[in-house]
Formats: sequence, structure tokens, C-alpha cells
Amino acid sequence: METTQSRPTYHYQKPLQVRVANIGLQGLYYIMIIFVGVLFLFPWVWLLSTSLKPPTQIMQIPPRLIPNPFMWINYQYAVTYVNFALYLFNTLLLCVVTMLGRVISCTLVAYSISHINWAGKGPLFAIALATMMLPGQVTMIPIFIIFSKLGWVNTFLPLLVPTFFGDAFFIFMLRQFFMTIPKELTDAARLDGASHFNIYLQIVMPLATPALATMLAFTFIGTFNAFQGPLIYLKDRNLWPLSLGMQGYLMRYGGGGGTALGAMMAASVLYTLPMILVFFIAQKRFIQGIVTTGFK
Amino acid sequence: MNASEIVKKRRWSPLAKREFIAGLLFGLPWIIGVLAFQAYPMLASLYYSFTRYDIPKAPVWIGVQNFTDMFKDRFFPITLVNSGYIAIIGIPIQLVFSLICALLLNLKVKGQAIWRTIYILPVLMPEVVLAILWNWILNPNLGIVNNMLKVFGIKGPLWFTSPEWSKPSIILMQTWAVGIMIVLYLAALQGVPKEYYESAEIDGAGRWQKFWSITLPLISPVTIFQLITSISWALQYFSQVYILGIMAGGTGSMGAPRNSLLFYGLYLYLQAFVYLKMGYASALAWVLFFISALSSWLVLRFSNRYTYYEVT
Repeated sequence: METTQSRPTYHYQKPLQVRVANIGLQGLYYIMIIFVGVLFLFPWVWLLSTSLKPPTQIMQIPPRLIPNPFMWINYQYAVTYVNFALYLFNTLLLCVVTMLGRVISCTLVAYSISHINWAGKGPLFAIALATMMLPGQVTMIPIFIIFSKLGWVNTFLPLLVPTFFGDAFFIFMLRQFFMTIPKELTDAARLDGASHFNIYLQIVMPLATPALATMLAFTFIGTFNAFQGPLIYLKDRNLWPLSLGMQGYLMRYGGGGGTALGAMMAASVLYTLPMILVFFIAQKRFIQGIVTTGFK
Repeated sequence: MNASEIVKKRRWSPLAKREFIAGLLFGLPWIIGVLAFQAYPMLASLYYSFTRYDIPKAPVWIGVQNFTDMFKDRFFPITLVNSGYIAIIGIPIQLVFSLICALLLNLKVKGQAIWRTIYILPVLMPEVVLAILWNWILNPNLGIVNNMLKVFGIKGPLWFTSPEWSKPSIILMQTWAVGIMIVLYLAALQGVPKEYYESAEIDGAGRWQKFWSITLPLISPVTIFQLITSISWALQYFSQVYILGIMAGGTGSMGAPRNSLLFYGLYLYLQAFVYLKMGYASALAWVLFFISALSSWLVLRFSNRYTYYEVT
């Protein structure tokens, strides 16, 4: 079907049958989207619904969707049945320090791999890629033994200190981003006599805000969620972050129905809320970042 | 100057020396990090895997006994079967479902962004909450799923409390949270140049043909990536099954019911941190690494024939 002559352009109208079939198909697609969407949405709805139910309605068969009345007191139980405030504080502490450690270490290393011309530039990058393939379990045990010999078990240190020494994934991500910073900018600074540290601090870091925001969002969500690490190192209940603290509801009431279940669902809602918040905030920053770099 | 002095000067100019020191300093956190948290632990755990290391006693060299013990361990094959089940049955289901979702989200309909958020939102649920919530939703008597099935006259299975249905329950739970796979597929779908579809249409290709011959091959890199990471993921799966174990009856009921949820990652954790058999656990960890690496390599090998990267 090749033609070397130029064709006059014309508006191609599909036959009526095809157009009607297409509209029918569109409708079908829309129904499917809604159907699947409802499937995705329903567990959330059920979570909220159970969190607001009095014990009688939780145990009710068949279960009802909308509780009556709304048992808001479940949320009060949620924060009093276990030491919710303390667990939340621990979680936030871990998150903030981890984010700090990542910002400091990963940006420095990413700068070294992207903007400094030295012999270790390539090897370090290759090592970062290689370590991403390593399952955590292989290093988990010896690291635990090191920390236990240091006497750091049952403190936050094993969870916090490593974050100041870089993370392969974020080093990789930041390095890719740093590479997009125009060389002219940094070269000009060099000519003006700026040191690497000056360039890092005053040129590269400010320009890297979108990537930093992404890294911070991912780090926050990951640390907020973290379970196995804290489980291994934090034996003292007072050190528990929220992820471990949720077990408190299970252990106290054996996971059965009743007030405990409502409270536990309410606690689950409270625990999930910050993640959703961060997602919505980061989503906008992320889009902003893409738009800005696009305009550059 | 004689010739050797000139050569020496050319190898490391003062600038190169300065740059090297700067690079070293900036890269120092990672260098220390790799040595302390990757290189040394790797070697150490390799060593431990050949020892009997029952904390707090010192490690005792026992050669390959840990590895031969694995074959005599009655739980070891169970963990492989369980993790294998999740990988071989669960992953294809998740891939197909997330592809369908991505295709739906790629359509030009109103409110696309809202649906996108709804489909991806489950990813934000903490693993602990995921397990708690789904344990409740799939509760045999009080859960909403079985009660809905009752409306259609179907007697719902015992889900997490039954050895036969516990793994499908896990798959169901995890399929709800495939948001990341959906995002990846969506990005891949949008990366397929429209011209391919247009020229296929001109050649008379139907909807199904277009999907099979254009879409699928061009998004295959995402599929390959998911397959590679899936085996490791299934072997390392931990938090959800640990919480389910606690809910089933505390730390003594891990992997319940009847070891149907005894995944490799859970078993490794128990050996190391509950039974304190660090040597055996290290051996298990290296077997995990080996299986992950082998399956990744196999996937890459077989996929070479089926992957099409975009030809620009």
C-alpha cells in the first residue's frame, strides 16, 4: 500500500455501524472502569465503616455498610488502648532522622559520581547498581551481630546510623538527576573559583529540589511502613514505632470482634492517613518538578 | 627533566589529584557504607553459613552440614513450595490484572485522574494494616466477602484460616495492592508511539491484533522487570505473614494454618531470631540469593527472544 504521489487530505469517516459499535464499546469500557474502581475502593470503605461501628454491628450477620450511630469513640479507644502517641512519636523520629541521613549522604555521593571527575566515579556507580540486586537477608544477620556486639540492640541506632551512609537506590536516582544539570552552569562556577562544596551546596542542591522531594517522600513512606527492621532491633515496647505498635491491639484482645476490633480499625485508619497525605502532597511537587524541568 | 620524570608528571596532574581527593571525600559515606554494610556482611554471612552459630556461643565450623541439613529439614521444602506458589501463580495473576487496569486507565474517559488515584491508593496502605484489614474482610463468618457470597447462595471458603485457601487469600490481598505495577504498565503503554497503531489500522489490523502484535511486545520490558523481581519478592515476603501469624495465635503460630503460610522469608527470620541458629539461617540466606540470581538469569535468557525494545 505504498504511494509516492501526494494524497489530498480528507476526513476519514468510519461507517455508521463502526461508530455505533465504538460508542457501545466506550460505554462498556466506562462500566468496567467503574466496576474495577469499586473493587479497589471497597476495602477502604469497609475499613472506615468498621472503624465507626459499635461492637454489636461489627458482629452482625449480615453486616451492614453504614453504621448507626457513628461510633467516633472508637478513635478515642484507638489512641488509648495502646500507647499510640508514643508509637507515633517513635515513628516520626525514625522518619525525620532517616530523611536527614538520606539527604546528607545520598546527595554527597551522587554529586561525587556525577560532577567530580575522578577514578572512582565509574566503580562506585557500578557498585551501587550491583548492591541493588542483593537480597537484604544475606547481609541482615551479620549486621545484626555487629550491632549486638556494639551493644546497640534495643536502641534506634541500628535503624538510623546506616541511613547516613548512603542508599544504592537513591544514589542512583539522584545521580541520574544530577547528570541533567547543565555542565555550563558548573563550569562557569568553577571558573569563578568555586570549590566543589560550593557548587554542591549553592548550585546543584537548589536545582535538585524535585528529585529531593521524591526521595524524601519515598523515604518517609518507607520508614513509616517499616516492620522487619524495627522488629529485629527494638525489643522494648517503649521504642516501638507504630508498625510494631499495631500488634498491641492483637495481643491484647486476640483479634476477636468487639470493641477491640473497632478500635483496631480506627487505629489502622489513623496509621494510614499520613501516608495518603504525603502522597497527595508529593504528587503535586512531583508534577511541578516535571513541568519545571520540561520548561528548562 | 629526563623522560621518566615527564611520564610521572603526566599520569597524575595536580588537578587530577585534587579531583580524586574531592571525589573520595564526597563519596566517603558510600564507600564506608558499602564496606561496612555490604561487603563485610556478605563475606561474614558466607562464613557463618558453614558454621554452627548458636548465639551467644561462638561460631563452630561444620563445613557444608548446614546445606545438607536443609534437605533433611522437613520444613525447608514446604517453604520453597509456599514461596514458589506465590511466585508462579500469584505473579501472572498480578501481571494480567495490573495490565488490564493500566489499559482501562489509558482510555480517554472523564475523571481519568480520579480513577488513577483510586487504583493506585492501596499501595499506600502499610503492610501491617493490609494484613489486618484483609484478615477481617476475609473472615469466614463475619467478613464481608463471605456474606456477599451468601447472597448468591455460595458458601464462602475459610480463606486465611484454611490451609488450602490461605495462599490464594494472600494472592487476592496482594493483587489489590498492585498499584506500582499499574503505574509502570501505564507509563509503558503511553510510551508506545501512536504511529504504530495507525499504520496497523491502515493495514487492516483489528483491535485484538493490534494488542497482541504491538502493545504486548512493546511493553514487555516492564513484564520482564516484574518477573525478575517477583521471585526475590516471593522468597523475601515477610511482614504480612508475620502479622497473620500473630493474629492466628501469637508467635507460636507462625505459618499457620498447618504451615501453609510458612514462606521462605518468614522461615529464615524464625531460624535467625527466634531459634537463634545464625549459621543455618545464613545458609538459608545464601540459598535465597542463589535462587533469586538463577531465576533472574533464566528469565533474562528466555526473554531475549520475546522482548522488543523500541527501535528508534
